Amino acid sequence: MSDVVLSISHLTKRFDQQTILEDLSLDVREGEVVVIVGSSGCGKSTLLRCINALEEIQGGEIRLRGEPIRHNSKNLPEMRRKIGMVFQNYELFPHLTVLDNIMLSPVRAQKRSREETRTEALTLLDRVGLKEKAGSYPRQLSGGQKQRVAIVRALIMHPEILLFDEVTAALDPEMVREVLDVIVSLADQGKTMLIVTHEMSFARAVADRIILLEDRRILEENTPEQFFTSPKTEQAEKFLQSFEFKRKKES
Amino acid sequence: MPDLGLEVLWKGKNFARLLGGLWVALRISLIAALISVAAGILLGVLASRKHSVFSAILQVWLGIIHIMPQMVLLFLMYFGTTRAFGWNLSGETAAIIVFSLWGTAEMGDLVRGAVSSIPAIQRESAEALGLRPIQVFRFVILPQAVRRLIPLSINLITRMIKTTSLITLIGVVEILKVAQQIIEANRKASPNAAFGVYLTVFVLYYLACRPLSLAAKHLEKHWG
Repeated sequence: MSDVVLSISHLTKRFDQQTILEDLSLDVREGEVVVIVGSSGCGKSTLLRCINALEEIQGGEIRLRGEPIRHNSKNLPEMRRKIGMVFQNYELFPHLTVLDNIMLSPVRAQKRSREETRTEALTLLDRVGLKEKAGSYPRQLSGGQKQRVAIVRALIMHPEILLFDEVTAALDPEMVREVLDVIVSLADQGKTMLIVTHEMSFARAVADRIILLEDRRILEENTPEQFFTSPKTEQAEKFLQSFEFKRKKES
Repeated sequence: MPDLGLEVLWKGKNFARLLGGLWVALRISLIAALISVAAGILLGVLASRKHSVFSAILQVWLGIIHIMPQMVLLFLMYFGTTRAFGWNLSGETAAIIVFSLWGTAEMGDLVRGAVSSIPAIQRESAEALGLRPIQVFRFVILPQAVRRLIPLSINLITRMIKTTSLITLIGVVEILKVAQQIIEANRKASPNAAFGVYLTVFVLYYLACRPLSLAAKHLEKHWG
């Protein structure tokens, strides 16, 4: 068994009086791709946001390679540099070019040299087919292109783990593919990833492990094959059925 | 061609005097604008934080400035406080103080609005990249806020320049006062001087403010 990269134990998250996540535990091992599915509003995105402390947690503990991540700790920026996050709506910085978006954090936060960072940025952009867009501004790009830039911006930090928060949910259908292809190739390179998605065929293809989040907790944990063909729980079956269309025909 | 009374301008140093008066007006508004921008940014940034006392201070301050005609503020400062507190203020200093009080409140409000208009998720996206809070502000929030701010603050400075026409009432000899003096002195020789001189004042104000509003338009387009 390889090392545990991310360890979540007994996590509880509340907004005011409402409990979103309760006593949730989850380990992600090195090189593992874990996909989280579940109906809208079940707390999938909140879980990701807790991991890099964009949300305060009310109980439990989150550790990255054994080091705790705390919302109010002094070393939070250092910890966050080891966690790459990609958002649903890209969240590129509109006033910076593609290249400057990618270089901002390595140069300013990690204090890496401009030259080395630029070379790596261009290599990564080339790999996602966007080298010629380095000097463009985000508003000049399509949604799919923006999301690929956002992935590069996370990758260049050399994070221990990548978090993907419904990264294709805001995209036009014809652009979903180009983004998912990039993520699949990252999986092939052995990156450790935690992915929240509604794309079931993508989940099945990319995941080492599928997690169904429902009712504030993990309801089912399974291999993709088993999850999609013979799920353990009734809820999982119901959830999967919601993606299918059937039409009653008079015979 | 009617007599526009323009010949008065070429008598003696009249035109140079008008330019001198314009400079007084510009100097007062530029000094006040510098103070307002610096203090306004500080106040606005502090007021943009959640649950900030500065936000309350700014609201009250702004409320007073909005209600009071600038002229009343000028009179209060120049005639009122000098009597009540026994200090000595030149008309120009009084004008700079009043304009700065006005400008700081408005600038503070503009800055607060611009900073709060940046979506929270932009901040989160920068935080998620591991930037320190001060870096998040400097490299992500501030540049975006400034782009929204520049056209609005240039508009404020233009209004300040125009409002300097009031300070003649507290004895500052600025362009309008110089114009009146020239017209008065030439009442017999050129009775039509009022038209020519005020027309010149109009053109000078225009020339002073136009580059600013052009710059604002250009930046708006460039960054829009």
